[in-house]
Amino acid sequence: MSSTMHMHGGIGESIKRKEDGRFLRGKGNYVDDFVLPGMLHMSILRSPHAHARIKSIDTSAAGAKPGVIAVVTGELMAQHKLAWMPTLSGDTQAVLATDKVRFQGQEVAAVIAETKVQAEDARDAIVVDYDVLPAVISPDGAKAAGAPLIRDEKEGQKDNHIYHWESGDKAKTQAAFAKAAKVVRLHTFYPRCHPAPLETCGCIADVNPATGKATIYMTSQAPHAIRTVFALVTGLPEQNIRIISPDIGGGFGNKVPVYPGYVVATAASLLIGRPVKWIEDRNENLISTGFARDFHMTGDLALDEKGKMTALRVHLDSDNGAFFSDAQPTKFKAGLFHIVTGSYDIPTAHVTADGYYTNKAPGGVAYRCSFRVTEASYLIERLVTNAAIELGLDQAEFRMNNFIQPEQFPYTSATGWVYDSGDYPKAMNVALEKLGYDELRKDVEARRKKGEVTGIGIASFTEVVGAGHGAEFDILGLRMFDSAELRVHPTGKAMLRMGVKSQGQGHETTFAQIVAEELGIPASDVAVEEGDTDTAPYGLGTYASRSTPVAGAATAMVSRKLREKARKLAAHLLEAAEEDLEWERGKFFVKGSPDRFKTIQDIAFAAYTNLPEGMEAGLEGVHYYDPPNMTYPFGTYAVVVDIDKGTGQVKVKRMVAVDDCGVRINPMIVEGQIHGGLTEGYGIAFMELITFDSEGNCIGSNFMDYLLPTAWETPKFEMGETTTPSPHHPLGAKGVGESATVGSPAAYVNAVIDALSPYGITNIDMPVTSDKVWAALRSKGVTE
Amino acid sequence: MKVTMRVNGAEKSGDVEPRVLLVDFLRVNLALTGTHVGCDTTSCGACTVLLDGEPVKSCTQLAVQVDGYDITTVEGLIQGGALSPVQVGFHEEHGLQCGFCTPGMMLVGTALLANNPDPTDEQIRWAISGNICRCTGYMNIVKAIKHAAQLQQATGKAGSHAAAVPAGGGE
Repeated sequence: MSSTMHMHGGIGESIKRKEDGRFLRGKGNYVDDFVLPGMLHMSILRSPHAHARIKSIDTSAAGAKPGVIAVVTGELMAQHKLAWMPTLSGDTQAVLATDKVRFQGQEVAAVIAETKVQAEDARDAIVVDYDVLPAVISPDGAKAAGAPLIRDEKEGQKDNHIYHWESGDKAKTQAAFAKAAKVVRLHTFYPRCHPAPLETCGCIADVNPATGKATIYMTSQAPHAIRTVFALVTGLPEQNIRIISPDIGGGFGNKVPVYPGYVVATAASLLIGRPVKWIEDRNENLISTGFARDFHMTGDLALDEKGKMTALRVHLDSDNGAFFSDAQPTKFKAGLFHIVTGSYDIPTAHVTADGYYTNKAPGGVAYRCSFRVTEASYLIERLVTNAAIELGLDQAEFRMNNFIQPEQFPYTSATGWVYDSGDYPKAMNVALEKLGYDELRKDVEARRKKGEVTGIGIASFTEVVGAGHGAEFDILGLRMFDSAELRVHPTGKAMLRMGVKSQGQGHETTFAQIVAEELGIPASDVAVEEGDTDTAPYGLGTYASRSTPVAGAATAMVSRKLREKARKLAAHLLEAAEEDLEWERGKFFVKGSPDRFKTIQDIAFAAYTNLPEGMEAGLEGVHYYDPPNMTYPFGTYAVVVDIDKGTGQVKVKRMVAVDDCGVRINPMIVEGQIHGGLTEGYGIAFMELITFDSEGNCIGSNFMDYLLPTAWETPKFEMGETTTPSPHHPLGAKGVGESATVGSPAAYVNAVIDALSPYGITNIDMPVTSDKVWAALRSKGVTE
Repeated sequence: MKVTMRVNGAEKSGDVEPRVLLVDFLRVNLALTGTHVGCDTTSCGACTVLLDGEPVKSCTQLAVQVDGYDITTVEGLIQGGALSPVQVGFHEEHGLQCGFCTPGMMLVGTALLANNPDPTDEQIRWAISGNICRCTGYMNIVKAIKHAAQLQQATGKAGSHAAAVPAGGGE
């Protein structure tokens, strides 16, 4: 069907996607599309209150409704020791509430019935008597004297404080601040938002009463890790648990955690002996599952008299919701936030973070981001622009003068990160040239003289992605390696199975291309399978832009392993010595005799039919790759905005995006990833907000209140690239799925602040809505 | 209640509760799972189908409301075993990633091209503005529909009238 299927599909070729066919025909396989024989449906009753003691739950009317098989409460779950479950951050989380509800939308009870509407009807007949308590909706509220204690069930928990965490050198940073010629401060709130994949979360739990095998179809970005967590939580033997992640309708971090619904559906299937399907509706997705951000940040940047950055000091308060269930490596309580020195050569830094419980949904996930790198990137890029404005310097030149220089790589940052490679001035120059920056600056000045409000924003972000290495990065102690298993069949066609899981990133194409490059089998002949824990090798899953850095590397390595066996087979077939053979993509030939060759297909056939004495049959292998370091993609984004003084409306006139993600395997797919990230970044900057009223009612609980960008608002993007390979990745690739969401919010907001800087406005927190801009202008006496 | 409609050219009927939504009738009764549910509030367009050729959101239509109508779902786009120009356009221009919004987007694109065989970028952006995509950033969806328009014109299958679309947008 494709005009490009005849292409070999090696690295750097924009072949069309292999997975498209089923989606174009409406034949994708999302969890809600599966119907199993005898399948029941589950609906969850959620708390209407943010904080309340449960006095009683009456399920009698619900239990008598038509079609109802069971009504499950926390009490029943407690009898099976499943009322609480461990979180990914070493805390506990209620599966179904037994004592109190701690956020609006918390799971209180579940109904299992023959049909979905019967389950929903019966859910609405459950009567819960609550004693409403005052709600805590911010870290300041959590800290306040006399604040209600949210986690009163936790032994030794006397207040709402979760953790204190530090990174960097406090004394050295203090000394640098004491000598600073200038200190610029920015206090900013990165508000709560939500990944909101278009497909909500859900599962079908199918525990076979005859065999005890639990097969769970689930919208999971990390099926293997989930299997292990399930074994630990439920006590089921791990070989009896099979997680199948079928096609996933977007994830963006939302589908990493274990949610109570999965546990209840599995327990219900186990107890009833029939499959149980649970699919969230949009409201449930937005009010109860993994949110993102909610960081209150204060940054101080010290500068010398020449405008050189000399130190950075950051404090943040994190609003973690009712349970500390952030999905992130164990040892980093605030994720990878200490990448906050960004692209700048700042000699010393000190970062402190405190986490707090609040009566809000738990599950801080990285919304298209590598564990809080987005918040870090936003803070430093906003702070740098504010510093440039305050010092009267050009924001591009100020960045250039403070960048880590190309010759400084590998570069060790003040908080201990070892940046693998980069050329920040080059990416900046490509962006400025594309933008026509010098002319545009003059144009902005001229238009401002005429009273127009217009500005240019820049962000030169550096990310840290591709976790592990396993010694430093883990999920519940599981080292963050990843895996690839490659089987070449006798006819020369191949099957590649992996521990990661695509949610739209195009793995079936990209990873086939790596095999095409390394082993010479055309990409169209390589089937890629992911998401079934009974068949795929163990892996930690897809998030934090780690699939290409880790599983992509595993794919290259396993292909190279098979190539070495193929060399032995070719030597046998050609009756030549191994060292006399040369590899050219897809064949071995005898040095100096290019017409004496064997193709990889000839060799694959021989692996099953004509082996040298003593050689094991087959052409298969598996590789587990534990990366030596993270990768550090980077880039420069530049935005031009016009602001209407009368309405406060911000119009993004241009968005130039220059990304350097190392070697691009499929440039078409890479660009698609960047387009998507720039759009989500636009949404976060201008539209998307989960907020709460003083009683803890969630505002932003549906798509009429939680606003996502449509084609109408979304800017057109002007793309550019530079290529600085990762020195430690076998293909030089760095990962790209999240760069644009990490880097772009600051670029958009910096453009607004640049436009408003002539009026003395230095900050507007996201989302930068028209009413906020209007009010900021009015506060400075600006009228139409 | 008895309900009968033509779905992708074939007559289909069922006996449903009055509250059954069209999307549930399609997905559950007819097993046409290419039509997706994304929001339940008519906001995202994942459930878009064509009702007598016009895009509607099937999560806010009752099955009994469309009795006697002609419905096209994504499963009905394919023509004689071949992908339609819009389907080809989405593949060639990388207009899809996770695939969840794709059926709705392609149906809106199909309806647009039936009325306006040569739409501008702005007209396409306006036409698809009731459909949310979280993956692609829309640029390649716009290209995909343009690609389809070119294919359709090349094969002479164009419709006739231009749709009324406000100017501007998408900047």
